[in-house]
Amino acid sequence: MQMPEPSQAIISQRDALAQGLRQIVGKDWVISDDAQRRPYQCDGITAYMAMPLLVVLPGCADEVQAVLRFCNEKGVKIVPRGSGTSLSGGALPLEDGVLLVTSRLCNVLAVDEHNRVARVQPGVPNIKITEAVSHLGLCYMPDPSSQLISTIGGNVAENAGGVHCLKYGVTANHILGMQAVLMTGEMVELGGAYLGAAEGELDLMGVLTGSEGLLAVVTEIAVRLEPVPEVARVISMSFPSVEEACACVGAIIGVGVIPAGLEFMDRKVLDAVSVLIKEKFDDRTAALLLCELDGTAVEVDALVGVVSDVARAQGAIELKVSTTEEERQRIWSSRKLAFSAIGKLCPDYYCTDGTIPRNKLPEVLNKMADMSKKYGLDYANCFHAGDGNLHPIIMYDAAKPGDLEKAEEFGADVLIACVDAGGVLSGEHGIGVEKRDLMTHQFTEIDLQQQQMVKCAFDPKDLLNPGKMFPTLCRCAEFGRMHVHNGNLRFADIPRF
Amino acid sequence: MLSHIPQAALDADPNVQLAKDIIGNCVHCGVCLSRCPTYAVKHEENDSPRGRIFLMKDMYEKGGVPDAKTVEHLDRCLTCLACEAICPSGVEYSKLIAHGREYVEEHYKRPLFQRAVRELLVRLIPNARLFRLAIFGGRMGRPFRGLFSGTMRAMLDMVPTTPLPAPSPVDRPQTFLPEPEGGKAVKPRKRVALLNGCVQTVLDTAINEATIRLLRRHGVEVVVAAGSGCCGAPAEHMGDEAQALPLVKANIDAWLREADGPNGLDAIVINTSGCGTSIKAYGHALRLDPAWADKAARVSAMARDITEFLVEIGLQKPTTPTGLRVVYHSACSMQHGQRIVNQPKDLLREAGFTVLDVPEGYLCCGSAGTYNLLQPDIANELKARKLKNIRSVHAQIAASGNIGCMTQLAGEAGLPFVHTVELLDWATGGPEPAAIKGQKLAAE
Repeated sequence: MQMPEPSQAIISQRDALAQGLRQIVGKDWVISDDAQRRPYQCDGITAYMAMPLLVVLPGCADEVQAVLRFCNEKGVKIVPRGSGTSLSGGALPLEDGVLLVTSRLCNVLAVDEHNRVARVQPGVPNIKITEAVSHLGLCYMPDPSSQLISTIGGNVAENAGGVHCLKYGVTANHILGMQAVLMTGEMVELGGAYLGAAEGELDLMGVLTGSEGLLAVVTEIAVRLEPVPEVARVISMSFPSVEEACACVGAIIGVGVIPAGLEFMDRKVLDAVSVLIKEKFDDRTAALLLCELDGTAVEVDALVGVVSDVARAQGAIELKVSTTEEERQRIWSSRKLAFSAIGKLCPDYYCTDGTIPRNKLPEVLNKMADMSKKYGLDYANCFHAGDGNLHPIIMYDAAKPGDLEKAEEFGADVLIACVDAGGVLSGEHGIGVEKRDLMTHQFTEIDLQQQQMVKCAFDPKDLLNPGKMFPTLCRCAEFGRMHVHNGNLRFADIPRF
Repeated sequence: MLSHIPQAALDADPNVQLAKDIIGNCVHCGVCLSRCPTYAVKHEENDSPRGRIFLMKDMYEKGGVPDAKTVEHLDRCLTCLACEAICPSGVEYSKLIAHGREYVEEHYKRPLFQRAVRELLVRLIPNARLFRLAIFGGRMGRPFRGLFSGTMRAMLDMVPTTPLPAPSPVDRPQTFLPEPEGGKAVKPRKRVALLNGCVQTVLDTAINEATIRLLRRHGVEVVVAAGSGCCGAPAEHMGDEAQALPLVKANIDAWLREADGPNGLDAIVINTSGCGTSIKAYGHALRLDPAWADKAARVSAMARDITEFLVEIGLQKPTTPTGLRVVYHSACSMQHGQRIVNQPKDLLREAGFTVLDVPEGYLCCGSAGTYNLLQPDIANELKARKLKNIRSVHAQIAASGNIGCMTQLAGEAGLPFVHTVELLDWATGGPEPAAIKGQKLAAE
């Protein structure tokens, strides 16, 4: 995987830069020691590592602003990082870049119960928002699996999803306002303090959400709070074939039910999980769907009936419906343990995420079986079926030379198959470096150029998280402002609009 | 996570091979950060389990003398094991950090003062007589504690201001028969060895006394085995295997002598969860020593926390109605180290108490063996946070199953702090715990 060539000129100024940054954030919060920088070399993907030039941990928004201004003046790149849980390498450091860590910005600043809004700092872990408002019967809905530790700032950067986003929407649907700092140090306020406050304003918040740290560093976020659903019940449905399970996904949504979550697990996952939960699954089961329904008790009971009927009609061989909260947790535990259970089957695994139209599930899953044979690597499937968000788990052994490369190629083939089926490269993990080079498969050159123009509008010097998302560096000089010097148009041979 | 530890290092030391395997299980997901007390205080990757795993990986890859920063961050770990309990990948952090610390002690030369303090603690704590002497010495130094900072200050601050209890007669080696019923001797239902501990026999003799009364009342014969004593944890926490192992072996010998004697032994009962965690790991600590591996594994298999054991034999119906609101502080060694979460609370409820949980209950109180002496800054911050959380639930009494936490918190909790067994003993017919007697408890 290629990253932009690090600038030796910047690297040689490391000590002076560290000194300048220490004056902003205090001496304890700039890490320049070799040993201490190493644990920051990667995020949730350990296959990609790079030593950050410096690690800086600002303690307030003003310090973030000053750090960005300082780095902008010095021409130093910035990579923002929350808790380092990205599965696409979004927080992969740059050898000539400052890693800006938001973990100290971890306060819930205000809770507005009446308008159901919380204003939080970007380093607050997702779950902490819910914990701070649970006594009011409220919660923050998006629930990525990493929610115990992944920060809300990172969730905004990646537009994180989660099991419940099928019904409640992804991060973008739950952000009402934000304060952000541009690379120049300019601080901007977007959106507002309550739902609807941003009406009439150009939706720049939408632009920033999911921009993977390429456009600005978010320093405060106003998130929407929702009432905790009165009741939630889960139905576990076993099917004799993957095809029937996939068909059931479409059928449930087809009858007009939008479950709170709809998850798929294949036989390999079930076998791995059954060891951990000490529970056997029916031998005839080839795939299992978990369907969560929430709302008021009356509503949920009615929906359980509807979904059960659909499942039976689609060939389900066994249905289990939770009747108590304990049972619900127990049924979910199989899904929650899936990845660690697979982790016990193989030395390493690689999990990617693509999204496809629901009706293409069987087709793409079948293709995966062929790819597994081609690469000689085993795989398992456990994913958010309701929104067609695939998470194939490819098993490999990093200690075996060439195995990682094979796993990466396998993953890339899956993503290409997703795009070919009318889907997209990522459902919730983001592009980062992991899927960066596949962007040309999903987007034409013009599409990419248009997106890069947005990047240039925010960050003309390409200092914020460069090398991520786009397969080529932004050539901001080539579009954007047309600079005519001595009557000569620069890059005259590039097509313009 | 893939590591590149040189083959020679792997071949030379099976513990390095083990470290490599454990590191290999870590997928760097970061979930452990959410439970780590030092990360909660410092917000810095190097002060998180994931960061320390990375530091240890580098330490083994490079070999030789570890650098000062790596040692600093490994030292800051409380070994509370909250990370291990939450890890979705089952990374055995406890073993990794234990061997990592041994590696540090073998290869790294600490500054003179640090070495002296560690040496002092390792020798003082396991020895009740020396520990008593040290407390008398500490009393004399206490008025001057303002002149000190860091560890010295923390040690002087820890010196109890109230008079120490006299050594209890129950802590001498002996056998206690079950309490007679109606004047008639009772045939023991079970026969157990009780670890009476080191610090506990000096600081709070009431705990062992209550434990023995409680067990005897339940028809259990209790042995304080000759030759058993400190479990070795204080030395082991500091990576000092040479000091820890003789203590470990003395305990194994003492208990197996009982177990293989004519009356046998059903369990080794421990009422200090810190020690329990350590004894349950004897099997691992001696696994590579052919002369001791099996014996150590036997002892570990017999080890039970007192609450585990009571759940197994069933608690008697309470005879003293208390109805008090108890906030239960679960020690890290209890909830994370031994994964004993519900048993103590269930027993307290059965005994008639209303049980309240501490918010952020997973966070360590900062005591962590000798941690509060070696890392007073972080320990004090965690202590303040724990006290605030304990006070927030407005209980009447606080209970815990570990003397270390009790010593750390009791003085400033603002409510009586007792051991779980003292409450269970009281409710089933024992005397009212001294810490509660005559105290004005918070209103209902």
